[in-house]
Amino acid sequence: MAQEIIKAENFFDRRFGVTGRDVEKLLSQALERKADYADLYFEYRVNEGVSLEEGLVKHGSRSTSNGVGVRVLSEAKTGYAYTDDITIDNLALAARTAQAIAQNRSADTPVRVGRETVQAHDLYPVKAPATDVALEKKTALLYEIDRLARSLDPRVKNVFVSFASEEKIVLVASSKGWLAGDIQPLARLNVTCIAEERGNRQLGTYGGGGRVEFDFFLDKNNYERFTREAVRQAILNLEAEDAPAGTMDVVLGPGWPGILLHEAIGHGLEGDFNRKKVSAFSERIGQKVASELCTVVDDGTLPSRRGSLNLDDEGTPTQRTVLIEKGVLRGYLQDRLNAGLMKMAPTGNGRRESYAHIPMPRMTNTFMLAGESAPEDILRSVKKGLYAVSFGGGQVDITNGKFVFSASEAYLIEDGKVTRPVKGATLIGNGPDVLTRVSMVGHDLKLDEGVGTCGKDGQSVPVGVGLPTIRIDGITVGGTAAENK
Amino acid sequence: MERLELSAELAHDILKQAKQKGATAGDVMMAESDSAFVAVRLGEVDKISQAQEKRLGLRLFFGASSASASTSDISTAAIERLVDDTCALARATAKDEFSGLPAPEALAKELPDLDLDDGKVHSVSVDDKIRLALAAEKAALELDPRITNSEGGEFSAGAARVLYANSHGFSGEYRGTSYGMSVAPVASSNGSMQRDYWYSSQRKFARLEAPEAVGRRAAERALRRLGARKVKTCECPVVFDPEISANLLRHLASALSGYALYKGASFLVGKLGEKIASENVTIVDDGTIPGALGSKPFDGEGLPTAKKTIIDRGVLRSYLLDTYSGRKLKMPSTGNASRGIGDSPGVGPLNFYLAAGPHAPEQILTSVDAGFYVTELMGFGVNLVTGDYSRGAAGIWIDKGKLTYPVEEVTIAGNLKEMLGNIEMVGSDLEFRGRIAAPTLKLSRMTVAGN
Repeated sequence: MAQEIIKAENFFDRRFGVTGRDVEKLLSQALERKADYADLYFEYRVNEGVSLEEGLVKHGSRSTSNGVGVRVLSEAKTGYAYTDDITIDNLALAARTAQAIAQNRSADTPVRVGRETVQAHDLYPVKAPATDVALEKKTALLYEIDRLARSLDPRVKNVFVSFASEEKIVLVASSKGWLAGDIQPLARLNVTCIAEERGNRQLGTYGGGGRVEFDFFLDKNNYERFTREAVRQAILNLEAEDAPAGTMDVVLGPGWPGILLHEAIGHGLEGDFNRKKVSAFSERIGQKVASELCTVVDDGTLPSRRGSLNLDDEGTPTQRTVLIEKGVLRGYLQDRLNAGLMKMAPTGNGRRESYAHIPMPRMTNTFMLAGESAPEDILRSVKKGLYAVSFGGGQVDITNGKFVFSASEAYLIEDGKVTRPVKGATLIGNGPDVLTRVSMVGHDLKLDEGVGTCGKDGQSVPVGVGLPTIRIDGITVGGTAAENK
Repeated sequence: MERLELSAELAHDILKQAKQKGATAGDVMMAESDSAFVAVRLGEVDKISQAQEKRLGLRLFFGASSASASTSDISTAAIERLVDDTCALARATAKDEFSGLPAPEALAKELPDLDLDDGKVHSVSVDDKIRLALAAEKAALELDPRITNSEGGEFSAGAARVLYANSHGFSGEYRGTSYGMSVAPVASSNGSMQRDYWYSSQRKFARLEAPEAVGRRAAERALRRLGARKVKTCECPVVFDPEISANLLRHLASALSGYALYKGASFLVGKLGEKIASENVTIVDDGTIPGALGSKPFDGEGLPTAKKTIIDRGVLRSYLLDTYSGRKLKMPSTGNASRGIGDSPGVGPLNFYLAAGPHAPEQILTSVDAGFYVTELMGFGVNLVTGDYSRGAAGIWIDKGKLTYPVEEVTIAGNLKEMLGNIEMVGSDLEFRGRIAAPTLKLSRMTVAGN
């Protein structure tokens, strides 16, 4: 249905009067100085946000953006120009600007688009995007969450709920001849509570979403579960003790703790860093970088997931890429430029934040496949350690491999039993080393709820992660309770 | 579709349209920018990017309800849709008695010329940018044979024009330029690599550091990390280099935001007038410093951006407020409304700095018998509600007052309340490298977690 109303291929013609013929002319102009490749990225995007605090939906906002990025590649060089004023004259100017990097030789390179077809997936057949749903329905959900959160525990003193939705229509036209479009819905619900008891104030946050319709959130299993989790975390943190400091065995719970893979492994396997040989994983394909229990993949083809895409932002269909297979490094994540220079195939990981950004290799949904251990046995195997089940953000230094991620819900493990909750602590380790210490992998693989946003070189893109319960032997935990050591 | 020019007339015209559709008040924020950057790597051009952008944002009030919207499509038809969208949104939001524009008499009356635009953005050509980025990277690559690779050098330049108007009849605009240069070299020895970077960022082209100085400093920073190791878990004194000190101030500014405070989401709730830091600490916020990166003639609501002391010798004297968060806390705005185009206001520091102290940085290091000199932080382990702080860190171990071996893969942890109280020495080396600045600081103790 939605495909009929707005097909990405026709959208920009209809709205801005840019025809297939114009696109061919622009790409030929972009290649005038004998460049290797050129593409145009058209984007139209609507974002809407509503939020509740102090029991009131105080804010609503809506933004509309459109623009085109023109890119010209000549060997390793990239020329880029973009405009948010979509007229043929402006696009021609952008094409001339972008080709400044190419050699100053004139060439006549006629371009025909539409001859190549791209086999895009159909991973998120959303009929009505959440951006089009009546506001009253969204505000009603926000009020219901506020009511529910406050009813769950009298110590809940404030509740913040936000609902953000996006619809993005994109079209990629390339000098290789293809013209491929996509309509990308995205929505996210977030619940945060502050609990207070005798002057001690603590935060709990939970949320989820994906490339889904608004009704997804109305499911009790979603909005109600998110709310209960946020309240539970805030209340739990009221009694949390100082986290231990020092090296210890750590068990990571399933789901969002997969951020470990994203930071410790994923970024270091992005093609740009490896082409430049500045990654701690450079030139290590075929080497053992993890215990045999570990198989890690990046998969952009999971239906309705936040990190999934029918095609990447260069028009390449997404795929499942094995990064680590039974402990051995197998592959990198590639965009067109880096794949070409490394003589590898693109993997559908060329992504960009918007038309104002140059594509780069980025992750989609990154996770470890399930193992065979029962989660209870994994916990039981630890004499003294930390059990971390929820995390805030993480970060990595690609070159020396050091990564951190911060726990927002964690417990001590004493004699195989989960005992007292501890305050958020940062875990720090070394990417090429940490997975070699994985000694048990659970059978309980879980993907995260759909809240991840990854930042690289100033560009943010939505991503997913996943993990079964795993045990890591000896990782540094950065709490304040040094005497526990 | 004809694209309209951004002007105060256009803004007031939009507000008039909105009024006809029932809005009782409103404001418009508009910006247009020209930006360009080049990246070079290993002596070759890597990327060139250029762009021009325009954006228009509208906020409308229907009595005590409000909403905002924005567009990059600046045509008569798109603006009509924008007004309709905003009206529809505002009707769906709740009445909030604290909402609204600032009082008319509080609006900035004179708009000072803060010397924010050097007029040079178009005279620095693409070739100039390439030459500067190459020179900076070359200086890094040539400093030492252990500099074996590079993530490249960059040069960026931009000019922006910002306009603000509201239904009290206020309109104001200003222009600003900004330039940035950075280099990220990679050093290696014994098969292990370390990357670091250095940068210079200014509103005026002429004030940028020489590219050679930026490149050398970047290389020195990467080199001094080679051979880094963990240390044993301990409690010890910690010295923050100025970049790390500025990072501490960023957390403090977030905790001082009126929004965090009225929501009960800050460890500084109810602390006004109390001692929250050691008496060595005086912190100022000033939006009126000529030519500075954080200066502007009026804030995101049209209010003046005066200088104010935030912490005076350890005592908290002022929060950072806009009109809304101020009303919630029963205080006037401090002129700190920061505004994305099409968002309702938030709060942000202007030029926010910790005043220089009496100690030369060397003198601070000399005072430490065994401790950790922190030069890099990683991750997001800061909880502003409780002040709990735990972050990945790298730096250099201090032994008997001297910098010895590099340290990595450790964390530093504490609580912001205690950290502020534990600032034992303040350096004399305050330098404005960004909107937030601080000198070298010594904290009497933190937990360092390693082996």
